[in-house]
Amino acid sequence: MSDKQTTTKKKGRPALSGKRKAQARREFLRTSVMAAGVIGFSLLGFLPVVQGTSLRLRPPGAVKTTEDEKDFLSSCIKCGQCVQVCPVEAIKLADLDEGFAVGTPYIDAREQACDFSCDGLQCVLACPTGSLNHDLNFPADTRMGFARLSRPGACLAIQGKGFKGQARGSEYQGLLRYDEIDRWNPIPVREHPYDLELCDLCVRQCPIEIRITQCAEKKEQASGEKLARVAEQIGNECPPVHAIALEEVAMPNGEMRMSPVIKAGCVGCGVCEMICPPEPPAIVIDIHKITDLA
Amino acid sequence: MGYIVESLRQLAGAEPTRPEKEKITSRAQEVHTHKKQNPFTKAEFEAIYEEHGSGGTKWRNRRWATLILVNLLFVVSYYFDIQILEGALTASRFVGFHMADLNSALQVMLAYKHLVLNLVIGTVTVFIMWVLLGGRTFCSWVCPYHLISELTEKLHLLLVRKKLVKDHSFDRRVRSLFYLVFALLALVTGYTVFETISPTGILSRALIYGPGIALVWVGVVLLFEIFYSRRAWCRYVCPIGVTYGLVGTVSPLRVKYNVRDCHHEGDCRKVCLVPHVLSMTVKGRASNHDMDIGADCTRCGMCVDVCPTDSLNFVLGMNKKSKQ
Repeated sequence: MSDKQTTTKKKGRPALSGKRKAQARREFLRTSVMAAGVIGFSLLGFLPVVQGTSLRLRPPGAVKTTEDEKDFLSSCIKCGQCVQVCPVEAIKLADLDEGFAVGTPYIDAREQACDFSCDGLQCVLACPTGSLNHDLNFPADTRMGFARLSRPGACLAIQGKGFKGQARGSEYQGLLRYDEIDRWNPIPVREHPYDLELCDLCVRQCPIEIRITQCAEKKEQASGEKLARVAEQIGNECPPVHAIALEEVAMPNGEMRMSPVIKAGCVGCGVCEMICPPEPPAIVIDIHKITDLA
Repeated sequence: MGYIVESLRQLAGAEPTRPEKEKITSRAQEVHTHKKQNPFTKAEFEAIYEEHGSGGTKWRNRRWATLILVNLLFVVSYYFDIQILEGALTASRFVGFHMADLNSALQVMLAYKHLVLNLVIGTVTVFIMWVLLGGRTFCSWVCPYHLISELTEKLHLLLVRKKLVKDHSFDRRVRSLFYLVFALLALVTGYTVFETISPTGILSRALIYGPGIALVWVGVVLLFEIFYSRRAWCRYVCPIGVTYGLVGTVSPLRVKYNVRDCHHEGDCRKVCLVPHVLSMTVKGRASNHDMDIGADCTRCGMCVDVCPTDSLNFVLGMNKKSKQ
């Protein structure tokens, strides 16, 4: 820019007085420092991205791999339309401490997981830029992450314990849809206490498992009709593979115990992490892994 | 054509062109000569100020009302779930129709390098809208940062008057540099770098989805403007203004200047965010009897409000005829 300035000076304008020259030089310096400052600050946004601290559980359909969410960050226009349509308000927007990811949607599953109670993947439909990929049609198509039993010792089922009461206590704000109570409106988890002989909350509340059960029931009622018809009736494609089940598993000491086992159909929605009573939960979503059904 | 070229030059940061003697129309020259031979007396100035008062607030009030209404509509739509204007200023849906901020859309397209139909629809809709409405009209009539900055500007001017701070100018060409650098950064890094620090996006999201630490950055920029340089972000940095300025070059909605009654006292330039667009209001600089203000103008109407002689007005349509 300094070259440009001097050439224009030489060409057209009369020579500047010493004072004006000094002023122009100061303005040029000021401008350079300001430009460097603003651009430098904007580039600080790189840090959280390269350090990986901006990696989060993203809404269904986010264009990313488990290790790289560059496409997601570049395609997201940071408008929050996905936030607005989510019936359980699972989606939040990242803040400036996440650098280039500022304004991008994420899900804190422990606070509020995506329970697919919108059925139609509303966030995907709302996304104006394809940052949440429109190829997704049904919850079972989602690949957000993969559940992992991170603290088996804390798992009530493994301990052979049941569960009675509010899954997350009386203060918990999270919502879930309970089809048998209200098909259309999610309700606070604290208003739906449980009384279980053996805790199976992660299996019982798994949206994929719930759909598989519904599909099976419908199929029974409408025996003879094709599976596609059943999907239509329910408004959701029947998930092809189970996501989680309670099975008898050999413990390290050889004892046989009931334990949640994560299956290939897990999409990483986070409901198991959300509903798990111990604090911290025994089961969490691993965002560095997704199911591979192929 | 001359209008577009001159607008682009000024948008890029060049000083306004001084009209060559032979380019000044005879009608404008007549006015200049007349004024030279019959300079305004002090009494005339005083009389006109008496009549006009301290400047109107008509356009400012309309503009503030519009700006607040648009931003409130976003907030209310989400808060009461009435789905009139969903999303934020970067991208939204107005009763279901896609809208995308032109600069945000540009950044996303450069970074992502794919074109998604919904984004194209939203961008084209908004492009047409701002062509009709004046381009940088977005800045002063919609951008929430503009309003806050306008308010803190009053504080800055007060401090300058009291000689507590000094206003520092920057080279206006730096805005073009920012525009290129942020476009290149999006293209090369694949991240929408500018969106990270855009006070427009940050404020819009903060209003709708609640405040966050990103507001600290907006505060820093405001403090810089109060204590160091008047309206620095809008004047020297913001690429959004450049994008809409480019749109504005082909917009029929402009502010028009009529030289006949102008006293050249320069009140318009003192209130203006982009005073270079008003260079023709300097005595002897108008090359035409009627002139359109360039595309860097945000159509805020402050000059229209402040002008004691009614020489600046909004017009719709290319300015061919002169006011009688």
